[in-house]
Amino acid sequence: MTNSALQQAIEQRILVLDGAMGTMIQRHQLEEFDFREGAFETHTMSLKGNNDLLSITRPDIIKDIHRAYLTAGADIIETNTFSGTTIAQADYHLEDAVYQINFQGAKIAKEVADEFTDRPRFVAGSIGPTNRTASISPDVNDPGFRAVSFDDLVLAYAQQIEALIDGGVDILLIETVFDTLNAKAALYACDQVFEKRQIKLPIMVSGTITDQSGRTLTGQTTEAFLISLSHMPLLSIGLNCALGASMMRPYLQVLNDKAPFAVSAHPNAGLPNEFGLYDESPSAMAAQIEEFLQEGLVNVIGGCCGTTPEHISAIAKVAAKYSPRKWNPTNA
Amino acid sequence: MLKLAGLEALVLTKQSNFVNIGERTNVTGSRAFLRMIKDGDFEAALAVAREQVDGGAQVLDINMDEGMIDGKAAMVRFLNLLAAEPDIARIPIMVDSSKWEIILAGLKCLQGKGIVNSISLKEGEANFIAQAKEIMRFGAAVIIMAFDENGQADSYERRIKICERSYRILVDTVGFPQDDIIFDPNIFPVATGMEEHANNALDFFGATQWIRQNLPGAHVSGGVSNVSFSFRGNNKVREAMHAAFLYHATAHGMDMGIVNPSMLEIYSEIEPELLVRVEDVLLNRRADATERLLEFADTVKGDVKQQTADLTWREQSVEKRLAHSLIKGIVEFIDEDIEEARHTVERPIQVIEGPLMDGMNLVGDLFGSGQMFLPQVVKSARVMKKAVAYLLPYIEAEKDGKQQAAGKILMATVKGDVHDIGKNIVGVVLACNNYQIIDLGVMVAPQVIIQAAIEQNVDAIGLSGLITPSLDEMVHLAKEMERAGLTIPLLIGGATTSKVHTAVKIEAHYPSGAVIHVLDASRSVTVVESLLGSKKPDFLSALRADYQKIREHHAKHQAAKELLSLDQARANALQLEFNEQTIAVPAQLGVQLHTPSVRTLIPYIDWTPFFQTWDLHGKYPQILSDSVVGDAASKVFEDAQHLLAQVVEDGILKCKGLSGIFPANAVGDDIEIYDPSTGELVYTQISLRQQTKKVAGQPNMALADFIAPKNSQFQDYIGAFVVTAGLGIEHYISDFEAKQDDYNSIMIKALADRLAEAFAEYLHEVARKETWAYAPKETLENQALIAEKYRGIRPAPGYPACPDHLEKLGIFKLLDATNQIGVSLTESLAMWPAAAVSGWYFAHPDAKYFGLGKITPEQLADVANRKGKKVAEIERWYSSILV
Repeated sequence: MTNSALQQAIEQRILVLDGAMGTMIQRHQLEEFDFREGAFETHTMSLKGNNDLLSITRPDIIKDIHRAYLTAGADIIETNTFSGTTIAQADYHLEDAVYQINFQGAKIAKEVADEFTDRPRFVAGSIGPTNRTASISPDVNDPGFRAVSFDDLVLAYAQQIEALIDGGVDILLIETVFDTLNAKAALYACDQVFEKRQIKLPIMVSGTITDQSGRTLTGQTTEAFLISLSHMPLLSIGLNCALGASMMRPYLQVLNDKAPFAVSAHPNAGLPNEFGLYDESPSAMAAQIEEFLQEGLVNVIGGCCGTTPEHISAIAKVAAKYSPRKWNPTNA
Repeated sequence: MLKLAGLEALVLTKQSNFVNIGERTNVTGSRAFLRMIKDGDFEAALAVAREQVDGGAQVLDINMDEGMIDGKAAMVRFLNLLAAEPDIARIPIMVDSSKWEIILAGLKCLQGKGIVNSISLKEGEANFIAQAKEIMRFGAAVIIMAFDENGQADSYERRIKICERSYRILVDTVGFPQDDIIFDPNIFPVATGMEEHANNALDFFGATQWIRQNLPGAHVSGGVSNVSFSFRGNNKVREAMHAAFLYHATAHGMDMGIVNPSMLEIYSEIEPELLVRVEDVLLNRRADATERLLEFADTVKGDVKQQTADLTWREQSVEKRLAHSLIKGIVEFIDEDIEEARHTVERPIQVIEGPLMDGMNLVGDLFGSGQMFLPQVVKSARVMKKAVAYLLPYIEAEKDGKQQAAGKILMATVKGDVHDIGKNIVGVVLACNNYQIIDLGVMVAPQVIIQAAIEQNVDAIGLSGLITPSLDEMVHLAKEMERAGLTIPLLIGGATTSKVHTAVKIEAHYPSGAVIHVLDASRSVTVVESLLGSKKPDFLSALRADYQKIREHHAKHQAAKELLSLDQARANALQLEFNEQTIAVPAQLGVQLHTPSVRTLIPYIDWTPFFQTWDLHGKYPQILSDSVVGDAASKVFEDAQHLLAQVVEDGILKCKGLSGIFPANAVGDDIEIYDPSTGELVYTQISLRQQTKKVAGQPNMALADFIAPKNSQFQDYIGAFVVTAGLGIEHYISDFEAKQDDYNSIMIKALADRLAEAFAEYLHEVARKETWAYAPKETLENQALIAEKYRGIRPAPGYPACPDHLEKLGIFKLLDATNQIGVSLTESLAMWPAAAVSGWYFAHPDAKYFGLGKITPEQLADVANRKGKKVAEIERWYSSILV
């Protein structure tokens, strides 16, 4: 898929992003063996829950999930690579598996996307925040301490990005940004890889406003977050996770007002209930989303935690009714 | 437009005022700051930064260029520490160094968009381009010194030549954003006694103007204190020179600069004689300008301006000062305040249990309501740590020195989960409060946790998890702890955990110990404190009772969650008796207009919701004497009475309402409504039926159950009403908004809402006593009315008994409300004016309010069919009640 096809699509209509990967994997009630089969059978640590490995050990399941989202109407699917950095995999002692996680994750997503020929479908390489923050100290006695450095992050992100590109992704999606400095390192790595390979891929960035204070975990307001990441020509900037659709709306309005890029949103299916389950129904979520589609706030809409193909199908139906947000690229 | 960001955004537009850059955190400019850095006293260094921000700095310049210190390490250390101080980190940072490696190291610590100070053509174009490209990758703005291979620009011509060349390279070759370029065209001293310096200020002004006119987007900055270098030691003259220099420089287009606000006079307050002599120098107006200024300088003593940080809070009681320090994260006064507090109590520990815990609870409340954010809570915890550290020797002395840590807490993220940020924050907060933390890290298996807990003899175990499967892991661990015979309290925390899950799913598996859900980091201290202190038995029995209640409530709720099919629900409909006693024949049928005065409605106002509008919770009138919110409540109440009196006097706000009573009969779940004169069917009210599974004997209700069925041979009746108290309100709103009086603008809306509700109450009484007249002798006081101690109900569409907003269309049609009283329905079926109420009247003695609850798609399809619509057309109106 060429960049221009994507550029054309995002200007013409509201693009639909897929929903949750973890929620769908949970439906399969997988056991330790599923995470090891054929690749990590002798690994000495427990691997259950390390979902990114399933692209290697159970590609059938991951491909089915991608297929379900594409059938539901997703224009863009995300690779199963949210934790595919050496930093995130260090907890499992699987730093060496990072290339395969990303390469296979991208490859199988692309294979499924290519099964759909009715209209262009795109694969976004999912780049998570890692589980370390470059702006907060985990050590009480030393607020100046950092568990990860900018350079560590750039190195890890560059490895992930190269493997995703080798696997054939169309877009790079830096998501669930709770520390803007981590995201700046990811952008830095993108630029480095682009320069090395003499290519350019569209980049989407999506931050996480953690609660009603309207700030990221590291304390930035939505506008400060936007300003701090506007130095690369992004395809889109947006918000995902932590909040349900209606709670996200005020912060999307900020991005709508000020962003010189397309705006994306992939909210959770409401807030988790008392049992940690996201139980907002597809129709309820779609109704909330319809409100901000009416206002013309977004260009890309999808789902995060707790969303399923049923949610994406409902969202795709409302998205088809509205025209995309218009933005001013010189609003920088 | 130059856009910068710390934790918050700073956007410079053409209309923006001068941006003031804080300069004291610079080792080359401040000897005091240099000493702090050399001594490693970063706490004091942070205080300097905070002072700058409090003093109005909008950007913070940080410079660590000194031969005797490791500049790179000091820069990284200071920036990292600063990131943990939200009240400083909210403004953008300027990384200031002449060493490229220090600039790079600094950029790697900034999550916001900062400024690099500075680069130049000093070492040639290639170097300049490489540095600019790298700065772009970090997304920072940049200051360009007017400096090239031949040295610093010292004339007007050299300034503009170098700036233009730099600009063209940045924009044309590098592709640097124009708005992110800031020039520093060199502010040099004047009145030095050297002829070649006489034009220094004028050249700067001229170059500034040229840059702003010829280099689109570019900004101009500079270090102002340089200009008065020759008058060191004479602050009065320097302050005047700075003010006058800034006055002219900004007029020429300088839009940011490094200025020490405490070394700045206000231009208009400079003594006229001094101002003339200063401006003679700056503008090079006469040959003897320097001598004349020197002459004047000799006559004045350099009286230093006082620092004016706002310390009024220091005048409050010691408890309030401690709370202030905790909330604001100020460590400066903690020692003296704790010392004072210590003398007001019997035992030092009581300072912790009293004022400090109260302060931390306030922090928790502020965090919970979104008024503080996480980094601030962490900071508060550090203040707490300092306070506890001060008290510790006294507490230990009391205990003969035996006591060390307050307790030992084991923390772990459960198996299968790698999220540990929340856990680390709780660890920080607890450690600050003198608890010893044993952190087992992430993905910890239950056996490991249990073994460590036993070996280390811990006082409590804190479990964290973010993802859903972690909840099951926690249940599993509770079971294992019980099996291992432990009694150590278990704390549960993490984004997906909840009090309900803890009470229902976890607690039951660990009866030998205690399981406590901890809402967020700010609460962890209070919970652990209660759990390990002398109050433990009380705390635990209260907690167990609370969890028991939650379980019972949950069990009930669970039963209710099961939904019946529509047929089953209808089979369990409410069966009321319809006869001459229960059906009231109305005195007057048809629609009537009502226009009571505001004065008439005032006695019907239910004030309790009024206070809720202002976030004051409590029942009227007790709220007025409430110990916490009483004062605030009395104040708004008084203001409300005042405005209400004015409204009565003005007579501008009008109240209009319609009520109508119509013959009606139920057909299944529909209510057919007939024209009073012709008997023709004019509207069919579609009522929704409860589908939740009920305990035996409880019916599944629908509003239609309150009306006699068509086949019962009894003619029954239904009423409808629309009232508004918002006609003319725009007069007040525009008036208040013009005066920017938000308070009264909200007040008038809140009052109009109350009056509309009062109108509905009043009109319902009119219906009961006069129009429908089934209770002509009813005499109820307002309190009894509020408690609904009368016969009949008035459910409003959009509320629990009748969540269907579409029914408003029927009410408006029956009463012709838009034409008759000017209340309309918006696209989303909200009423306009907003201060309006509409609803139905039911008069059966057994009619009562109920909550509809959830309905199934089956009922939605049935409703769509009855309305003659497609499901897709009406679905969105029901999304909140659809399962």
